[in-house]
Amino acid sequence: MSTNFDANAHVAHMERVMGLTIRDEWRPVVEAHIAATQQAADLVLSFPLEDHVEAAPVFEA
Amino acid sequence: MSAIDDFASFDAVDIVAAVQGGDLTASEVAEASLQRIDQFNPVTRAFTDVTAERALSDAKQVDKAIAGGAVLPLAGVPFAVKNLFDMDGVVTRAGSKINLENQPATSDAFLVSRLCEAGGVLMGGLHMGEYAYDFTGENAHDGNCLNPHDLTRMTGGSSSGCGAATAAGMVPVSLGSDTNGSIRVPSSFCGLFGLKPTYGRLSRHGTFPFVGSLDHLGPLARSARDLALVFDALQGKDPDDPAQADRPPLATQDDLRRGAEGLRVAVAGRYFREKAEPEALAAVDRVAKALGTAVQIELPEAARARAAAYVITVTEGANQHLERITTRPQDFDPDTRDRFLSGTMVPGVWVQQAQRFRSWFRTMMQEIFEHVDVILAPATPFSALPSGTKTITLGGETMPARPNIGLFTQPISFIGLPVVAVPVWGEKAALPIGVQVIAPAWREDLALRVAYQLEKDGVCRAPVARL
Repeated sequence: MSTNFDANAHVAHMERVMGLTIRDEWRPVVEAHIAATQQAADLVLSFPLEDHVEAAPVFEA
Repeated sequence: MSAIDDFASFDAVDIVAAVQGGDLTASEVAEASLQRIDQFNPVTRAFTDVTAERALSDAKQVDKAIAGGAVLPLAGVPFAVKNLFDMDGVVTRAGSKINLENQPATSDAFLVSRLCEAGGVLMGGLHMGEYAYDFTGENAHDGNCLNPHDLTRMTGGSSSGCGAATAAGMVPVSLGSDTNGSIRVPSSFCGLFGLKPTYGRLSRHGTFPFVGSLDHLGPLARSARDLALVFDALQGKDPDDPAQADRPPLATQDDLRRGAEGLRVAVAGRYFREKAEPEALAAVDRVAKALGTAVQIELPEAARARAAAYVITVTEGANQHLERITTRPQDFDPDTRDRFLSGTMVPGVWVQQAQRFRSWFRTMMQEIFEHVDVILAPATPFSALPSGTKTITLGGETMPARPNIGLFTQPISFIGLPVVAVPVWGEKAALPIGVQVIAPAWREDLALRVAYQLEKDGVCRAPVARL
């Protein structure tokens, strides 16, 4: 995954996609949080999982 | 001094014996609990809603039933619940300002009903971090909940009021929720025994959700035997919780006396030691020594397990609150608002990978549990932090405090393993700290037996705070 994740650009884009209201004083903290989530996701995504490993949903038909 | 003067030092088992044996009435016990709440709630902010009228009326009913010959497993035991549990006639706040606009609940949560049917007496709703997204016990709407052992410090969260009310002796037991550590963290900071059962064990119906795929409910108490008493009473099939597993109930009380005998105990190494402060390591080592083990094992990819739980939590939590965070973000607690906002922006493939990793990690842990019965790990990296702490430094790395207090609890709840957090007081320590006793899925009995043994041997204890 990208090691050059641009949290500022991501927030600016997703803010429009999701129709969010982010005040200027909130923005740096929101950006820091998505950057932390990206780092966490990077750690997870960098671990190879075999194709047959499935999520375990609770849904039962 | 009458027996009731000792109320705060009674655990639930003591109260049941006194009420069932005719030494005390449930009404006297409820009055004593209300007095204690009146006295100490103003300094701790443990309760957000005190259901005094209901408590006295329910206690009277318990007395009447006992006079009629009833035998009730929780006869007259006062209890309180994190305010995300529905209580008939009370608005379910979930620690928020927004949910206060909702109509009052028209019935009790399933687990509240279970305890009341067993003779328990509901005293009210307890402080929590907004929408349970919290490890501190701080809340911009309700004020910060304060640790009864040191009022300048955090209770831990998000079951903050559970920690404060139980440690202050307002109630002997409380019910909290734990998505990533929210029972175990306040248990550690407030010096309590806390049980997070196996994911899918107890019904969550009638509680306000946070992260459906990780949410658990369970009790906090001042003795291991109380955890077993309450856990046994809480179990029961409820078709209204789609995540409840089809498992037979597990009776744990009668087995407590077996203690740790015959159990293979190991200490979680590496990840669980690298970022632990000396008091956390000392507590784990003391418990390990008392249980006669020097075996250390590595839980594979624990850091990734924690990271995956982090990704799932922020995304599922944001989905839960999508309409609210989109239309009225200004009404959230700033500390949760910015996290929920960020959670609306997480790519789906990240979350799905985290869910698939969850399956992988479960398989690894199942293999480990073929060789050990119980694993020990710190519950928190340190004792209760001063209120208002914003950053922490662990292993040389400075990080935000709020998301990282649950560093050691998060990988375990990620795959739903049952855990009892046990309270340890170091030599001359002014504050307690918790150790996680982790058992295989569906074996809460093993963790409870170990907790009971540690308490009996004086290694763990949960004294009422001297306020």
